[in-house]
Amino acid sequence: MSPIATTRSATGIPTGRLAVWWVIISEIVIFGGLVTCYLLMRLGNPEWAEYASHTSTPAGALNTLVLLTSSLFVVIAHNAAEHDHDGAKAFKFLWMCIALGGVFLCVKAFEYTTEIHHGFTITKNVFWSFYFIATGLHGLHVIAGMVIMAIISFDVKKGKNFQRVELIGAYWHFVDIVWIFLFPLLYIAK
Amino acid sequence: MNIFPVSASTFSGDIDGLFWLVTTLVGFWFILSELLLFYLIFRFRRKKGVKAQYIAGESRKEMAWIFVPLFFVILCDISIDLRTHSVWQKIKETLPQATEKVRVIGQQWTWVFVHPGPDGVLDTSDDIETVNELHVKVNTTTHYELQSRDVLHNFSVPVFRLKQDAIPGRAITGWFEATQTGEYDIQCAEMCGIGHGLMGARIFIDTQEQYETWMAQEIQKQQNYVASK
Amino acid sequence: MSKTDHQVHPSDHGHGHDHEMNFWSKYIFPLDHKMIGLQYLWTGLFMALVGGFFAYVFRMQLAFPGESVPGFGHVSPASYNALITNHGTIMIFWVAMPMLVAAFGNILIPLMIGCDDMVFPRLNRLSYQIFFISTVLLFVGFFVPGGAFGGAWTSYPPLSARAEYNLTPWGASIWLLAVALEIVAFLLGGINFITTTMNSRAPGMKMMDIPIVVWMINIAVVLFMFSVGPLVAGAVMLLFDQTIGTSFFVPSGGGDPVLWQHLFWFFGHPEVYVILLPEMGIVAEIITVFSRKKLFGYKMIVYTTFMVGILSMIVWAHHQFIAGIDPRMASIFSFTTILISIPIAVIFFAYIATLYGGSIEFKVPMLWALGMIAEFLLGGVTGIYLGASALDVYFHDNTFVVAHFHYTLIPVVFFGGFAGITYWYPKMFGKMMSETLGKLHFWGTTIFFNGIFIPLFFLGLAGQHRRIYDYRNFPDLAGMQDLRIFATMCLIGLLISQIPFIINFVRSIKNGEDAGKNPWKANTLEWITASPPPHGNFAEMPTVYRGPYEYSVPGRKEDFWPQNQPS
Repeated sequence: MSPIATTRSATGIPTGRLAVWWVIISEIVIFGGLVTCYLLMRLGNPEWAEYASHTSTPAGALNTLVLLTSSLFVVIAHNAAEHDHDGAKAFKFLWMCIALGGVFLCVKAFEYTTEIHHGFTITKNVFWSFYFIATGLHGLHVIAGMVIMAIISFDVKKGKNFQRVELIGAYWHFVDIVWIFLFPLLYIAK
Repeated sequence: MNIFPVSASTFSGDIDGLFWLVTTLVGFWFILSELLLFYLIFRFRRKKGVKAQYIAGESRKEMAWIFVPLFFVILCDISIDLRTHSVWQKIKETLPQATEKVRVIGQQWTWVFVHPGPDGVLDTSDDIETVNELHVKVNTTTHYELQSRDVLHNFSVPVFRLKQDAIPGRAITGWFEATQTGEYDIQCAEMCGIGHGLMGARIFIDTQEQYETWMAQEIQKQQNYVASK
Repeated sequence: MSKTDHQVHPSDHGHGHDHEMNFWSKYIFPLDHKMIGLQYLWTGLFMALVGGFFAYVFRMQLAFPGESVPGFGHVSPASYNALITNHGTIMIFWVAMPMLVAAFGNILIPLMIGCDDMVFPRLNRLSYQIFFISTVLLFVGFFVPGGAFGGAWTSYPPLSARAEYNLTPWGASIWLLAVALEIVAFLLGGINFITTTMNSRAPGMKMMDIPIVVWMINIAVVLFMFSVGPLVAGAVMLLFDQTIGTSFFVPSGGGDPVLWQHLFWFFGHPEVYVILLPEMGIVAEIITVFSRKKLFGYKMIVYTTFMVGILSMIVWAHHQFIAGIDPRMASIFSFTTILISIPIAVIFFAYIATLYGGSIEFKVPMLWALGMIAEFLLGGVTGIYLGASALDVYFHDNTFVVAHFHYTLIPVVFFGGFAGITYWYPKMFGKMMSETLGKLHFWGTTIFFNGIFIPLFFLGLAGQHRRIYDYRNFPDLAGMQDLRIFATMCLIGLLISQIPFIINFVRSIKNGEDAGKNPWKANTLEWITASPPPHGNFAEMPTVYRGPYEYSVPGRKEDFWPQNQPS
């Protein structure tokens, strides 16, 4: 039984949304710290441009496309849940999004293997350390998002907790936006 | 009052002066606030039949109680800041011309000092390397080049009021000019591992003659050492 | 939300409900915010004893170098460093944070804003569980090969990043992991604090009717969230440096050690205010109640607190004046640092002004609150010395700094903490604490506290550095041993002075006088319900009609006017 506190809304904003935004802001600060460190060191080390040329821009671009498409599916799922109360449709699009998350991870795994195969490991130099930590941390967020999305999708299918589609959607967009920052910084800027 | 150690560099007096400036300004406010606090506590202690007053502290007149003293606090802040800035500029932002140079190297857990030998140039074969013993000339502007071989250290000479972090991979240059002779402590002022508390050295501020005598001895030692091999 | 809720819950949430719960679900895995708050409080108090014991051991080493310390044995340089490192870590992360932010936040927020629990009780429980694991992990660090980490609580790399430098291959990583987990616990807890305060206030409670302590805890939580993120990223990077040999902070591998200092102090300085603010809130509640006065300039204090928060995020580099940063930066940070004295001065002036025209009663909580103001003033003004960059050249890593921040943190954490504990004890346990033991505790603590740290100011002025194992290595400092012994004796006195508190705390739970609902005749909502409040807090959910500080309102017979009382 949930407390009365949970049902109140003095601000008019649903409590769940407040909480998710809180989580997203704290994550932004964490990734922001990481990206700022990278930028500071990158500016101080011009030779990193050469290291960055060994990352696979096509693979990164493909992944960007995959994530953007998945974000679109989440939006469709959200619309289906919020406006049409169509649990089955929301369920379908959530799973299409999860599938794209899987594609993203496969491409990433392929990239990692090739890079490590060519000797670009995490201890090669600080650029590669940043590369693996930033993309790895982002990858963990993708996995977490997929798991939560799967859990929510089954509820939605049963017609429960429609509002949660919005919450996971917000989170998924955040994960997407982090990638939008990582892609140019680690792949394109040379 | 003699609460500071000996003042032995050209800028140590500035730092002590800044200290007394801050002490005067800040001390005034500190004592005033404490007196006011204790006065109010005493004056408004609970007495039978006396009810507390109802003051919201939101009218303009009441806010003045806060903002008038605050204005003077800001004035004090600004004067401290200006003085700080000029002293800081003298110590850290400017690098006066120097006739002497010495390299200071921190490592776990000793100080290594490289003095230029008789030729006055570092990185030549007559350099004199000492461990935990720094010799400088009095009344001579000296540049130090600070390095570290492993972790962060901090080159601190309390009598000079001098302190600078040593960072591995960098050479940081600073300066001092000793104003009186003597033998004093050098400490490491940045946690550098298990032996941090044992990482002390001594600075010898010599007159020209003392310095030359010492250098002659060192050269003799070096020659004996080479001969013994 | 609905009217039926209000009617159903009282019967549902009364004593009948408590009886259904067994020992485990009530005390070990509770969902009730008050019990989680108490768990934080007990852990914090226990850790304070551990941190105090560490201080005793290393101060004994300083007073009587090389001799065996009773209760510990011989102190080696390695264990000396481990003790000072963990003393700092424990006192900040395992005492100040759980006691001031988590314990009081958990206990007070739902009670003071008039709702029955936090909005996410399970998340709240998870927060404590993670905190508990981090506590265990911290202790594990002492029993691994190589011993506990000894690179100071700031853990500057490269010392902290490479086992060949710090010689604690396991200790360093476990310490870092424990701190990171502790941060995660408080980030999770923060979600509850902020959402509960924003959304679950009692009907009628407007923003400016929220008690100041709730405001300040929330601002502290927001500040914590904004400042700690980069350090979390930094901690991950440092952990990789330690364990798999990356070189983010190691110059020989192309990294930058000063980067860590920026990340650490970008968090480390706001952290001071994360601790300070809740405690300032506690003091505000107490001085209004015991002087029967309205808080002077409530709104101004709230706005000023926001300003403190914002300013505190742009002062961090004053810890690095001599760390090899661009010297021109120093003047900027010196300016912002001295600037932050202004909002803090506003708040303190407002507190002193609150006493004017009051009817001050010297109960134990009030003694602690007034003691805090008096002592913190000295901590605050000595900060001006260190903010001035040129003076910091002399004072950096000097015991003057140690004395300064203990004069801020001890009044904040312990004076403020004891003020809060003695003030809300009747609400937490339904019993009154003994005034006599409380006063004994207060005066003992105050006198000995000053006895420890005033000598440290003078030792610092004489050029004594901190974190030094044995001052006999420095001939210029060897002569001041008497002062060191005096400070150590005072520390022992301080620790002994805590015994009356422990007796008082434990005995009063059973033997104290019954407190009744509102022993202090205070206005805020936690005092309108039973002591201790049942699960669900209020028999009838309150409605709020006015601000929290309407004391001695002219024309009323009583000198207090509870927030929920219709006029």
